[in-house]
Amino acid sequence: MTPASRAAGILLPIVSLGAGLAVLAIFFAISGYDPAAALGAMVRGAFGSWYAFTSGTLLRAIPLMLIALGFTVGLRAGVLNIGGEGQFYVGAIAATWIGLKLGGWPGMAAIPVMLATAFAAGALWVTVPAWLRLRFGVLEVISTLLLNFVAEVLVSFMVQGPLQESQHIYPQSDQLSETVRLPVFPGTRLHIGIFLALSCCVLAWYVFRRTMIGFELRAVGRGPRAARVTGGLRVQRLGAIALLVSGALAGLAGGVEVGGVSYALYPNLSPGYGFTAIAVALLARQSPLGIVASAILFGALEAGAGAMQRDAGVPPVAVYVAEAITILAVLLADALSLRRRDVVIA
Amino acid sequence: MMFDTALLDGFLSAAVRVATPLLLAALGEMLAERGGVINLGVEGAMLAGALAAALGASAGGAWAGLAASGAAGMLLAAVFALATIGARADQIIAGTATTLLAVGITGAVYQAAFGSAGAGLSLPTLAPMPVPGLSAVPVVGPAFFNQPVTTYIALMAVPLCWWFLFRTRTGLALRAAGESPQHARAAGVPVRRLQFAATITGGVLAGLAGGTLVLAQVGTFAERMTAGRGFIAIAIVVLGRWHPVGVLGAALFFGAATALQFVFQAMGLAVPYQLFLMLPYVLTLLLLAGLVGGVKAPAALGRPAE
Repeated sequence: MTPASRAAGILLPIVSLGAGLAVLAIFFAISGYDPAAALGAMVRGAFGSWYAFTSGTLLRAIPLMLIALGFTVGLRAGVLNIGGEGQFYVGAIAATWIGLKLGGWPGMAAIPVMLATAFAAGALWVTVPAWLRLRFGVLEVISTLLLNFVAEVLVSFMVQGPLQESQHIYPQSDQLSETVRLPVFPGTRLHIGIFLALSCCVLAWYVFRRTMIGFELRAVGRGPRAARVTGGLRVQRLGAIALLVSGALAGLAGGVEVGGVSYALYPNLSPGYGFTAIAVALLARQSPLGIVASAILFGALEAGAGAMQRDAGVPPVAVYVAEAITILAVLLADALSLRRRDVVIA
Repeated sequence: MMFDTALLDGFLSAAVRVATPLLLAALGEMLAERGGVINLGVEGAMLAGALAAALGASAGGAWAGLAASGAAGMLLAAVFALATIGARADQIIAGTATTLLAVGITGAVYQAAFGSAGAGLSLPTLAPMPVPGLSAVPVVGPAFFNQPVTTYIALMAVPLCWWFLFRTRTGLALRAAGESPQHARAAGVPVRRLQFAATITGGVLAGLAGGTLVLAQVGTFAERMTAGRGFIAIAIVVLGRWHPVGVLGAALFFGAATALQFVFQAMGLAVPYQLFLMLPYVLTLLLLAGLVGGVKAPAALGRPAE
């Protein structure tokens, strides 16, 4: 990478985000909201105080980071896993189930077991699309998407069935006991899951950069046929493995959310993290370290969206306008500069 | 007898009702995909169509709402087409972004137009219009021929799409563009212009699908009310093997799998209702596994034409 292209790689997302926010402001003005009040509330909600930054922005960046990393691992191998939302929920179900059983354990033992279960549950869930792809050639775009709906119904079943709270009144699970909750930084709601998410990104950066499997992944993602013919790589197998890791990371995100934020399972646990994470990954353009920055940016947008609703009466979904324009701007800049496309539809 | 004719009629009508928006959106997506363009923005176009239908209907009646829904879907598809066919941006990403855009715009405009409560919005709707004669046919009559006008539009679009794709020169050219844009261009086919037209037409149909939801089913708008139906339509295109008749069958199948829950509820089976909510998605996956083997997507699907 030349210094010039590296500078462009950092500048482009920032300029694109600026474009996204500008369009959002114009859109607010047209549809009758006060742009200054709305955007002001958004910035205050995301960066206005130490509490807002940690407990709003960074807290929301954690699941985004993990799911986006998973999406990127898949994309590197030419696999499009758009089922992050469903895998998140399956991880959340598994973590709640095991977490409620481990109440008597010391946290040092219980928390790792709970998170490992969520990780495994996410991987297990995507064995279905992986198998359908290997055995029947069903596109994983379709199968992971369909399984999102199944997972959401599964949550609804769990919180009204096997995992419903002991009073059997509300559609949610019992609260996890104190020992199974992830430790929180004093004075904030931010939990140590942030270190887990950051470590996963750094680890992925190392694996992509320095190891053989990282090289193979890249080769497969660039062109499956060429990789198979020239390198003798086991393309299908690598794609399936990437899909499993991808699902596992999204499952882990669900477990971390239950263990660190909600302490219980309920429907609508995710405000669409699985889909926003795709945008996070796209903005980071397949770089694990880029995902850290991009997830914090989108975490800020999500946290700001909540503040926008509270302080300026704007529906939080409006923030998607900024997200969409940001992605489109990056995409157009890439396409117009005729960069080599890394995304391959398998 | 538990399984009486009223129950059967109810089941079939519900199946067709659920299938109608899916069929409209899937036929539109099929046209685009036959030309080599996969548009994940169909969910967004549907949502835009739904809001436009609500706005149009409250201003000028149900028919105005229907027209507005098609126009809104077209607009969303135009954004997608400009990015992907105009600037050759990646289709999957641009489609995702278009859907996000629609979720944001519709959510904010809806609240600005109807206030934050929103619920209880009562709109002029499209009542069922029985087709004289046909609606009296036993069993299929009430299900297919005593429905709102959008169902007839969807059903008539099936033979129209078939005729267009397989009996016209333009249809042949579009399919060629989807299989091998290079060869098509060498043969004088205006590849990108055709792709653009097919994507825009798909957007109109997706918009109408959203309009159907509002005007013929729910009678109001709600944030994110399409709830993934646009994505289901994409699965239905695959399930229907990119063929209009196959798409009709797949949409009816999904509608029937969804309507099954009403039957089982009426029969009072002691099974968690969530099982039936899952059924359409699980069955679709199973069918995809069973049917897709040996069926090829348009060869150049998802690749920008040079």
